[in-house]
Amino acid sequence: MDFSLTPEQREIRELALKFAKNEMIPHAQEYDEAGKFPMEIFKKAWELGLINTCIPAEYGGSGFSSVDSIAISESLAYGCMGMNTSFMANDLALLPIVIGGSDAQKKKFLTPFTEEFRIASFCLTEPGNGSDAGGIKTQIKDGGDHWIINGEKMWITNAGHAHLFVVYGTIDPALKHKGISAIVVDPKSPGIELGKKEDKMGHRSSDTRGVRFNNVKVPKENMLGNPGDGWAIAMSTLDHSRPLVASSALGGAQRALDLSIQYAKERVQFGVPIAKHQAIQFMIAEMGMKVEAARLLTYKAGWLCDQGIRNTEIASYAKAFASDSCMQITTDAVQIYGGYGYSKEYPVEKLMRDAKLIQIYEGTSQIQRLVMARELIK
Amino acid sequence: MNIFVCVKQVPDTETKITPTGDGSFIETASIKWIMNPYDEFAVEQALLIKQSNPAANVTVLRVGSVKDTEALRTAMAMGADDAALVEAADNLDSYSIAKALKGAIDKTGKKPDLILAGKQAIDDDALQVPQILAQMLNLPSVSVIVGFEQAGNNVKVKREVEGGALEVYELSTPCVLACNKGLNTPRYASLPGIMKAKKKPMAQYSLADVGVSDADRRVKYSGFRLPPEKPPGKKFDATDAAKQKDVVSQVVGLLRTEAKVI
Ligand SMILES: Cc1cc2nc3c(=O)[nH]c(=O)nc-3n(C[C@H](O)[C@H](O)[C@H](O)COP(=O)(O)OP(=O)(O)OC[C@H]3O[C@@H](n4cnc5c(N)ncnc54)[C@H](O)[C@@H]3O)c2cc1C
Ligand SMILES: Cc1cc2nc3c(=O)[nH]c(=O)nc-3n(C[C@H](O)[C@H](O)[C@H](O)COP(=O)(O)OP(=O)(O)OC[C@H]3O[C@@H](n4cnc5c(N)ncnc54)[C@H](O)[C@@H]3O)c2cc1C
Repeated sequence: MDFSLTPEQREIRELALKFAKNEMIPHAQEYDEAGKFPMEIFKKAWELGLINTCIPAEYGGSGFSSVDSIAISESLAYGCMGMNTSFMANDLALLPIVIGGSDAQKKKFLTPFTEEFRIASFCLTEPGNGSDAGGIKTQIKDGGDHWIINGEKMWITNAGHAHLFVVYGTIDPALKHKGISAIVVDPKSPGIELGKKEDKMGHRSSDTRGVRFNNVKVPKENMLGNPGDGWAIAMSTLDHSRPLVASSALGGAQRALDLSIQYAKERVQFGVPIAKHQAIQFMIAEMGMKVEAARLLTYKAGWLCDQGIRNTEIASYAKAFASDSCMQITTDAVQIYGGYGYSKEYPVEKLMRDAKLIQIYEGTSQIQRLVMARELIK
Repeated sequence: MNIFVCVKQVPDTETKITPTGDGSFIETASIKWIMNPYDEFAVEQALLIKQSNPAANVTVLRVGSVKDTEALRTAMAMGADDAALVEAADNLDSYSIAKALKGAIDKTGKKPDLILAGKQAIDDDALQVPQILAQMLNLPSVSVIVGFEQAGNNVKVKREVEGGALEVYELSTPCVLACNKGLNTPRYASLPGIMKAKKKPMAQYSLADVGVSDADRRVKYSGFRLPPEKPPGKKFDATDAAKQKDVVSQVVGLLRTEAKVI
């Protein structure tokens, strides 16, 4: 048994952390407040190879393992969970192609992302179907020499800037899961209408919108696998992406812990630094314990993925535990900062707002527990 | 064109330094090592020269422990072609380090056209190695450079002096230049760079290989301890106009007798 990262993984992590500290942390608050998309920072991270880590080497990508990607994403989330949502959405959108695409589709859709800076969106959620993703209503109809898409998507990250969409729809709602299909769509196609940018509690620098599809024509060859393969592709994508989302919560939680320790040593009340009060010590101890447990679950979920071992149960543990812990830890960080923690002058209130989303997207904390129970009580 | 860049591995600026129990050195086991920040400017300058002169070969040199080779690997991940490491304790003095660097350059068999280094290392702040090395090699040298231009076989460098004024020097190559902040913006090592660096050659020598022995030591450390903790600052209340004169003479007195700054 070996818990250590390879020297190369340590170097990758260091680079990502250096990037987070130099390029993200100094700007995180400004982008959050203005709700400004981090285009330049995103591009710079791409130039360094920190983005699209899921693309295999044979298609021009870095060929990184799941553990490598987690080490990068944890570090970038340390810089800003909100910006990391934009970054991570690229992987989330490209993974279905990596998992379900043919060789020709991978060359056509993945390789351009390694040649120039591009943005992608994963379009699953609908206004009426979030947790119940199997019930999606967007229709994919056979139009002879092309597919025709009609329907509406909601909460789509990166939608306003994307060069590529992966859209989930159904060829026949009566088929339920068996009708769900995944298809690559050019966001510039006629008939696509973007909604307004959502004004969110946190992750305010990320671009989240509704997307409407009105008789959108898509080439036949853009369907990933066969019609009806979409559900299996989506589930396999989640096994890969949940550890990544967990790592984002982990990075945010680590930042909250580091800031709390630093502040508790500086802030004096009752004649001593508040770090000397046992009530504060216990809060910090609890944070440290949860960060470490979340790290172990997250890296294990990624490691299983790399070994080709089914990780559905552990990936759900990781995603739910890391995001629930991140919420608790960032809330306690605000508590340790006292009144200052409640002010935008200090960094922890943003962490608390950002933490909330990670309990919601990619399967809510409740849905993760459904998955766990289903795996445990088979 | 052969460019050599001397890099030192120093404790991360965020690392907490603790002297060893016997006070002979600092605890190194828990230290996170980084490339000396001033050396990053030297590496970047070498890579900029290489960009406009693809035939140039950039070799990074380091004298220090082999436990962690972070600094050399980072330099190669940034784009340096190869590296040489002279294995030595991390508390060698400047003279021995300079001699080991000269020995390592000789060992590579490459004739240097340019030698770059940081102006100082942020651990011992000695500001000596580049100058001693230049002396040993009998080469011209300028330190604290903030500007660099190639002018045929010569180089033109700018050097910062007191008051923000700049001195401009023209030197013939080969020469030794010690770089300061402001010279350029060091690039990050990219992920593909990190992957490529694994395959780049790193020569390794012992101190004996490069002709350095204990007899070369000019400086021996007698002990390491932390500076005494700063006493809390003094506050003077001068809100009452009538007392201001007294307060001022009290402060001036303390600046003379206690702080001894005037
Ligand atoms: C900022 C942001 C970005 C997003 N980005 C994307 C994206 O890029 N692509 C994409 O496809 N989607 C995206 N989403 C959508 C996200 O995945 C959904 O919001 C999430 O799956 C929850 O769905 P919902 O919002 O419809 O909530 P609902 O499903 O309506 O859930 C409401 C509440 O009911 C609970 N609940 C629902 N069903 C059950 C059950 N069976 N048992 C117990 N509790 C239950 C939930 O846990 C939750 O607490 C994003 C969302 C946000 C907010
Ligand atoms: C929006 C807002 C409105 C406010 N309005 C008013 C107002 O109208 N009038 C007014 O007078 N004040 C007001 N306050 C101030 C508020 O009452 C203080 O913020 C609060 O008392 C905490 O003090 P502090 O912020 O200095 O935190 P600190 O006292 O520095 O506390 C920091 C952390 O240390 C903990 N801590 C401190 N001492 C100990 C100890 N001995 N043992 C264990 N833990 C300890 C605290 O619980 C906290 O978690 C307001 C604050 C805010 C944020």
